[in-house]
Amino acid sequence: MTRLHFRSRARIPIGLVASLSVVFGLAACASGPRPSPSTGSPTPDASAPSGTPAPTVVQPGAPGEAGRVVTVEGIASQERPSWTQADADFMAGMIHHHAQALQMTALIPERSASAGVHQMGLRMEISQRDEIRLMQDWLEQRGLPYADVVLEEGPMQGTMRGMMDHGAAGHDMSSMAGDAMDGGLMAMPGMLSPDQMEELRTSTGDAFDQRFLEFMIQHHTGALVMVEELLSVPGAAQDTRVSDFAGDVDADQRAEIDRMRMLLAQYR
Amino acid sequence: MNRTTFDTPVRLRTLATAGALAMTGLLVLMPADASAQDMGMQMTEELEPPRLDWNPNDPRIGLSAGWRDADEAIWNLTKLASMWRPEGFFNPENPGDSDFSNTDIAFAGDFMFQGSYHGFKIYDISNPSSPVLRTAVVCPGGQGDVSVYGNLLVLSSQSPRARLDCGVGGVEETVSDIRVKGVRIFDISNIDAPQQVAVVQSCRGSHTHTILKSPNDDENLYVYIQGTSPPRPADELAGCVAEQDDPNTSYFRIEVVRVPLANPAAAEIVNEPRIFADEQGDIRGLNPGGVPVPGAQQSRPTNQCHDITTYPALGLAGGACSGNGILLDVTDPANPVRVSEVADPNFAYWHSATFNNDGSSVLFTDEWGGGSSPRCRATDPATWGANAIFSRDENNRMELEGYYKLPVPQTDTENCVAHNGSLIPVPGRDIKVQAWYQGGVSVLDFTDPANAFEIAYFDRGPISEDQIYTGGYWSTYWYNGRIYGAEISRGIDVFELEPSEHLSANEIAAAEAVILDEFNAQMQPMFEWEDTPVVARAYLDQLERGGRILASRAQAVDRVLSSVESGRMNAGQLREVASDLEADALAVDNLELGGDAETLAKLASVLRGIAAM
Repeated sequence: MTRLHFRSRARIPIGLVASLSVVFGLAACASGPRPSPSTGSPTPDASAPSGTPAPTVVQPGAPGEAGRVVTVEGIASQERPSWTQADADFMAGMIHHHAQALQMTALIPERSASAGVHQMGLRMEISQRDEIRLMQDWLEQRGLPYADVVLEEGPMQGTMRGMMDHGAAGHDMSSMAGDAMDGGLMAMPGMLSPDQMEELRTSTGDAFDQRFLEFMIQHHTGALVMVEELLSVPGAAQDTRVSDFAGDVDADQRAEIDRMRMLLAQYR
Repeated sequence: MNRTTFDTPVRLRTLATAGALAMTGLLVLMPADASAQDMGMQMTEELEPPRLDWNPNDPRIGLSAGWRDADEAIWNLTKLASMWRPEGFFNPENPGDSDFSNTDIAFAGDFMFQGSYHGFKIYDISNPSSPVLRTAVVCPGGQGDVSVYGNLLVLSSQSPRARLDCGVGGVEETVSDIRVKGVRIFDISNIDAPQQVAVVQSCRGSHTHTILKSPNDDENLYVYIQGTSPPRPADELAGCVAEQDDPNTSYFRIEVVRVPLANPAAAEIVNEPRIFADEQGDIRGLNPGGVPVPGAQQSRPTNQCHDITTYPALGLAGGACSGNGILLDVTDPANPVRVSEVADPNFAYWHSATFNNDGSSVLFTDEWGGGSSPRCRATDPATWGANAIFSRDENNRMELEGYYKLPVPQTDTENCVAHNGSLIPVPGRDIKVQAWYQGGVSVLDFTDPANAFEIAYFDRGPISEDQIYTGGYWSTYWYNGRIYGAEISRGIDVFELEPSEHLSANEIAAAEAVILDEFNAQMQPMFEWEDTPVVARAYLDQLERGGRILASRAQAVDRVLSSVESGRMNAGQLREVASDLEADALAVDNLELGGDAETLAKLASVLRGIAAM
């Protein structure tokens, strides 16, 4: 039995944020809720090899318009878009969303009778596990709290090797499986209700596989809605990592939905 | 280098299959569906991808971590120069800040153009051992794929924050006419002041792009746009359709941009070819994605190309298109037509294509995990996240010959998977220098596409041993005698090949003698070698290395070449030795020379060429 554990932890390296805000003029941090920027010294540049002439820094204009020579300092003083609350909520929320998918795929070994569902589910675990780590890293680098999702070692150990190797630091053994349901997360699009999870946990064979596919399509469709909602918030997804990741989620989960529909067709 | 074989009695099964066996006792040996046949895969049984073999004493194992001070391991290369990213073009507090990531590179004359998510940089490489940053251009966009042709530079843009005016302030509105998703075209005739002359907007943006200067069209440059983001709303760009089952969907196509060389500001999309269509006209005609057979990799569906490599001299392009590798006939550059396709049960995401010089082999890369994940761990299969090398026949049919993966495991904090590279023009051999993100640089010989092997490498330890910061080499390309590595998080590295048992000084010199005016890895040039003594010696070294030439003949070749090199050319002697070589080639089967008539004939031809000068 593989179980999920969650715990929230806040890591807010204040010094990091302070120097960031100066080097890149992140006044736009005001649109990000926390932590608030403060002043500090720019990090001295240790990179420029001595003796080489300073480069020309150019900022072109729109097509047909002249560009201008600028200074590094000038560019740094221009306001650069920061992450927004919507970005942070998307990343933090998608960890929980992915975590529920892992709770679902964890049921496959003991309950599924379908090779197709096995393959789909186990690969889904690998990619969602990677993505959870990416989201955790993004939040940690911004000093934001995140859920530390840890897969407990269990009968799937042999197949999970390599995944555990780079699991989030620390294995919290205070098992609280089902925490994804807590804290209003049910409100996220596509999340399974406690009744739906219970239905999965108590079915086997073809009945499980059909339910699994239906519920995972519902779940993934919710992730597409989350991406769509993110992109509809003014100022959101200006962070490169967030926009690239949102695009990946959209592409991956669309592909998996198509796949699951094909698999589901054989039960109908 | 002493290689040991990893001798494991039981080959590692795939995760999925092992899981099914271990956990449930259920093993249903049946194709997951019928698509394997649709895709042209000849798979009837469960897959068992081989695990990686490596030398446990490989110096790349155990390198210490560090952004600026990681340990390094190098073999058969010399590192000539390393240049950190310039101030303002990286985040000193976050090595993995993707707003500044370095991406692809292109070359023209004495300049290297380094794309990034923050704009592009122009390096003067007239002295490759000491590159000088000449101009840094601020123009956020992502991923900043870059190509050059004449006075034009093309830059890919796909991030929602990209602005028409190259501003860094982002685009707040969800629908905006200042957002750039597509390609920017710059006039770089003044290397110190590039001017943006055109922006061509597309529905899914431009993750990568590919230029094509066709010999059949002297007036235009063509740019193929490969977009991979969700389509933007139609109220931002008319005609964009996000629904995949709509006949006008923005998926399942590329965009073809025509750039009039006399007026590049008039660049526009002239075609949106449905290059995945089947014979019945279904635009979703190729790999639907998924797991074709038990144990196979999970493939992305073919609804986009990730990248395309044009090869104008062959009138072809190789497309790495998510779930398939395809070949396109591009003799009519505005109307690329698919002529063949392959799928592969080990491939997750078809990423890029490289032809060998004569086009008889095509190397495709698989970017399993998308480039930000560690996919070169000891536990990862040797055929996943690897290169797959196909032979190509005169009818453009492709057949799988073999795989090549970075032959040493990396840590789980190093993003690593097959990535961009280019050919090194060693006559008579197919050699490629390739980037593997934090896996470093690997130079491989794939002359025999079924038995590719490594001949040189460079690797740094991870940026961090605690966290994955996306870093490492995006591209490593050969340009006019040197290898340039674009490191995402660190900067630029320049390398020189060192002679070794695998590559002689003459072979390196023959490669270094090939000088191009421009180089874009995605518009592959056909290399030609002049008939010179060093080229002849490169062939001679190859023949001698394999014991594929008579010792007396090798001595005769060496004698006549020495005469030429010391200024005492004797055309008659050259022709005489050439005739002997040609006779050897005809009788090669009787001479127990390994049957390499081709190289004997090439050497003879070079000698005749020298004699004719």
